[in-house]
Amino acid sequence: MFTRRRMLGLVAATMLAGTATIANAEDKPYIALISKGFQHQFWQAVKLGAEKAGQEFNVDVTYEGPDGEGAVDRQLDMISAAIAKKPAAIAIAAIDSQATVPLLKQAQADGITVIAFDSGVASDIPITNASTDNLASAALAAEKLAEMIGDEGKVAVVSFDQTSQTGIERRDGFVTQMTNAHPKIEIVAIEYGGGDHLKSAEITKTLLQAYPDLKGIFGTNEGSAIGVAIGKKEVGSNIVVVGYDSGKAQTDAIRDGTIAGAITQNPVGIGYEAVKAGVMALKGEKVPPHIDTGFYWYDKSNIDDPTIKAVLYD
Amino acid sequence: MTIVDTQAGVLSGIRKSGAHHKLLAFGSLILLVAVFSIASPNFLQTNNVIAILQATSVNGVLAIAATLVIISGGIDLSVGTLMTFCAVIAGVLLTFLGLPMVVGIPGALLAGLASGALTGVLITRLRIPPFIATLGMMLIYKGLSLAICGAKPIYFNDTPGFTEISTGSLIGAIIPALPIPNGVLILFLVAFAAAFVLQRTALGRYTFALGSNEEALRLSGVGIDRWKIAVYAVAGGICAIAGILLASRINSAQPAIGQGYELDAIAAVVIGGTSLSGGRGTMLGTMIGALIISVVANGLRILSVPQEWQIVVTGSIIILAVYTDNLRRRGA
Repeated sequence: MFTRRRMLGLVAATMLAGTATIANAEDKPYIALISKGFQHQFWQAVKLGAEKAGQEFNVDVTYEGPDGEGAVDRQLDMISAAIAKKPAAIAIAAIDSQATVPLLKQAQADGITVIAFDSGVASDIPITNASTDNLASAALAAEKLAEMIGDEGKVAVVSFDQTSQTGIERRDGFVTQMTNAHPKIEIVAIEYGGGDHLKSAEITKTLLQAYPDLKGIFGTNEGSAIGVAIGKKEVGSNIVVVGYDSGKAQTDAIRDGTIAGAITQNPVGIGYEAVKAGVMALKGEKVPPHIDTGFYWYDKSNIDDPTIKAVLYD
Repeated sequence: MTIVDTQAGVLSGIRKSGAHHKLLAFGSLILLVAVFSIASPNFLQTNNVIAILQATSVNGVLAIAATLVIISGGIDLSVGTLMTFCAVIAGVLLTFLGLPMVVGIPGALLAGLASGALTGVLITRLRIPPFIATLGMMLIYKGLSLAICGAKPIYFNDTPGFTEISTGSLIGAIIPALPIPNGVLILFLVAFAAAFVLQRTALGRYTFALGSNEEALRLSGVGIDRWKIAVYAVAGGICAIAGILLASRINSAQPAIGQGYELDAIAAVVIGGTSLSGGRGTMLGTMIGALIISVVANGLRILSVPQEWQIVVTGSIIILAVYTDNLRRRGA
């Protein structure tokens, strides 16, 4: 019994080894993407874009990210493993703009092309950064919210975290625009719900309790916006909600009016552009230092426009 | 799935052969390394092996802390966020107050010891069950870390040499071909020290005694509260070491991370054969458990296994490890 099972094990191991060797032998250029997160639909949409570009340009693409956003050291381990695979290029969405730098230096020394996507790093090693202008997009959210509440009254922000570059920029872009352009609007609270639907919903209910005259809330990512919408529904409030990103729950809420509208990035485009930049660099073509992947305002009126539909994800 | 099957086959084989049962965990580690090495030429390369060891350093140190507590019949859910809290304390001392490392690092270690002792007091004097006490402390450390930092990372750019603690290489300075980071060296030193404490000191004996029969210990007139508090305090100090290693590796104290790390640490402990009901376990086992987790994570990545399946495989390995351990025990 012992030997038979062991034999089966060895056979299985050899088969595994066999398939891996075949995969390696195809000799397509290989680009490894290390993202900031994995489970959120947003990151899955980035993955989709990366895979689309992989097929189009005939390169192998892998896509990984830490389970929880914020796990800086887990991301470093992923980058190390990716470097060990000797890819032609590595694309990363850094959680911490500084911590990844030593590994990027190692990648550069190994002759691997380095690309940044979604978030920048504090280094000139990445040849380009394919990302959304978070400050400008959050400022647009502020403009839209101000317009809908008649340019005066109290508003609040429900954000996902206080530490990441995107979290900070979306909050600051919104706050700066409100403070500078809309002096009659007061931001009474900025709360953080970790992008968790339930936590963000509880925060929203508390805010509505604390400020009965609150006119609007900006939920700064998918989880936050959905949470705000849930909180609003449970209380039966008619506050104006502005969201960010998409996802089925959010687009449904926009269709039924719970959320007035939202900013959408172009996550599929972010993944696509990151891979495309890698391919161009490998061919020796020139790549611009920053690729703006764009953002849009969408609401009930334009949610089915082809341009918008193409960048929304379920 | 293939890897799991392979492991199952060999593990059950070794179990039945009886005499080799002590090599069970070590054998599965070697087997995993062998399988990954055959499957990919990129796996067994110096740089990658070092990357695996480095990936083990923080979780390994946390798992050592968790092992002590678990052998004593308790559980510590706060190891991850206590680690972060101690990193933040180091940030306050070194960056905010500008103190030198000789003050900042012992300061962070003391914070860990004191925090652990506090947990011990909650459990012994206030009679709060360890699961609840450490669950509460887990959240308290997380909140305090965010509050102290103003919810922003604290960088150690003004403390030259801080990153060397984890990423520098004393071994590499002596043997250039073997640039093993200091973080790995520290992991092994902590493991040796913890094994020594466990096997050769009064604290170690009482740790085992607390876990196997607390009531008998109490009846024999031993002041068990004191020893329990000591166990949690030492575990807290070890979490502080993990905090320094983590902060040094990423050159910053990141207040938002840490939660979830306790589960990886506990996984390493149980894969290493330590009983969750207390009274039984070894540091060697925990080290092997921590290495198995890192090897699997790294190896599956090297093989480009989709991330969803990496998680499934890791979960299966935990269950399989404990199951085979149970079988072995029943058979023995």
